[in-house]
Amino acid sequence: MPGMTACEKILARASGQTDIAPGDIIDAKPDVAMSHDNTYLVHRSFRDIGASRIADPSSIVVVLDHRSPANTVNSANTHSAIRKIIDELDIGWFFDVGAGICHQIMIEKGIAKPGALIVGTDSHSTTYGAVGAMGIGIGATDMASVWVKGSLWLKVPETIKVGLSGRLAMGAFAKDISLALVGELGAMGADYCCLEFNGDWVAEASLSERMTLCNMAAEAGAKSALVPGTVISDSDARSSRAIAIKADSLEPMVSIPNSVDKVAPVSSMEGTVIDQAFLGSCTNGRLDDLAVAASILTGRKVHEGTRLIVTPASSQVYLQAVEGGIIGILLKAGAVVTASGCGPCLGAHQGVLADGESCISSSNRNFKGRMGSRNASIYLASPATVAASAIEGKIADPRRYLG
Amino acid sequence: MKCGRAWVFGDAVDTDVIIPGQYLDNYSPDFLAKHVMEGIDPTFSSRVAKGDIIVAGKYFGIGSSREQAAIALKAAGVGIILAESFARIFFRNAINLGMLPIVCPSCARMFRSGDELCVDVEQGKVSDSKDPKRSLDFQPLSPMLSKIYEAGGLVNLLRAEIHQRNR
Repeated sequence: MPGMTACEKILARASGQTDIAPGDIIDAKPDVAMSHDNTYLVHRSFRDIGASRIADPSSIVVVLDHRSPANTVNSANTHSAIRKIIDELDIGWFFDVGAGICHQIMIEKGIAKPGALIVGTDSHSTTYGAVGAMGIGIGATDMASVWVKGSLWLKVPETIKVGLSGRLAMGAFAKDISLALVGELGAMGADYCCLEFNGDWVAEASLSERMTLCNMAAEAGAKSALVPGTVISDSDARSSRAIAIKADSLEPMVSIPNSVDKVAPVSSMEGTVIDQAFLGSCTNGRLDDLAVAASILTGRKVHEGTRLIVTPASSQVYLQAVEGGIIGILLKAGAVVTASGCGPCLGAHQGVLADGESCISSSNRNFKGRMGSRNASIYLASPATVAASAIEGKIADPRRYLG
Repeated sequence: MKCGRAWVFGDAVDTDVIIPGQYLDNYSPDFLAKHVMEGIDPTFSSRVAKGDIIVAGKYFGIGSSREQAAIALKAAGVGIILAESFARIFFRNAINLGMLPIVCPSCARMFRSGDELCVDVEQGKVSDSKDPKRSLDFQPLSPMLSKIYEAGGLVNLLRAEIHQRNR
């Protein structure tokens, strides 16, 4: 019998089994279950089931981040209802508006722990792989079943091994690796699979970089993603596929509308006029992301007629960026700095796009209508490329401003 | 046998076009139904009728975990979605809401919008009611998923289980 991958070991433990294989259907008990503004929907299903108590309230995390602070009366009423639910059901962890984006909070507060199985009502729950946890995105009714039973059925995924080696050249970042990888795998190339990141680049990557990698795995359709931590794959573990990417040869990349896997080197996209640049999201709204943008924007101005929206991923990131002088640099350059949350990334508020506009964004999705008008265009890139593009008012190569 | 009018879409119909993010502050199924598929076809919601069947290419429901995508389609009257493949989370959401997501390779090439399709869930067969020779086979749901679907969704199934236990 072959050995097990890290993901298989985590799922085996969570389902009380010793040996499981891809394709097996298991009943797994998540260590943590996270939901955001859609907790309202989770509770609606929970109530309709007729349940009165949560199986393990201490394992439940709720973060208000998607429309935060409330942007409409409907959102405000949703938040208000959720605050009552938190009290009534004695939910273990609650983060109110402004605390930050759920995935950032889960890692920043140490709730996502190495080796844990975590489910979240958000497709980017794969982010927890950055600390060696297995994060899986689910829907609201599946989450309600976790509230009721403390477990849910899962199919054991195949593992795709992704080897990242070498060093990134100046101007290329973790986001560029992610975009190249999604381009290589395709938008659903990792459907039902777990991506496992290894190699010397990963070994030296920062927590923030690992979060970007695991976060963007969702854009290849991955069920989960993992940088092995305390739980590692056996040397003879089965994997369905292996991919190798050499960091040295990567140029800054851009994903072009309307599919994340349509990627091109920034050099081929230079000159595309943009109306808005967005720096933020669970993918790239952390301190290092804001810092690299500030290093590019120091003493420079956002192009006239172009908007730069900056959304720190959490209030902690925001505070550190204030104390480190980063926010001051961004404001002097002409940026609009918003409250921490998801807002612009999903077209909820704080930077919605108009008909015919183009935006370069450090976020994770460029689907039609994602950030507002269905007639707007979204280009995805690293924070450095976003900052350089904000200066020029068109897609720009960040290497001109670095080094 | 369940029959309905087909609406054919292409590949990678994502959750942002099924229900755009700007509408996610309202959880009313009827409200969501008014905006369903707006990102692809703003006229769809006013033309779709109860029992209509969606036929799509690869990766239907790719993207967000938002259950509102499946809720909006269900509230608009869509009970069956045939697609060459589904995104994982959307597939689970659809089953959990008592909808029938059917993996049916080449369906988007075989059928046309406006076809009257009949789906035989037990036999795993979908055919054009006017020209039954135009038909495709599909793998029926696994027993576990079938149990959720037959119950009318996961909420109903769990409610029945709790009821059983309390008796």
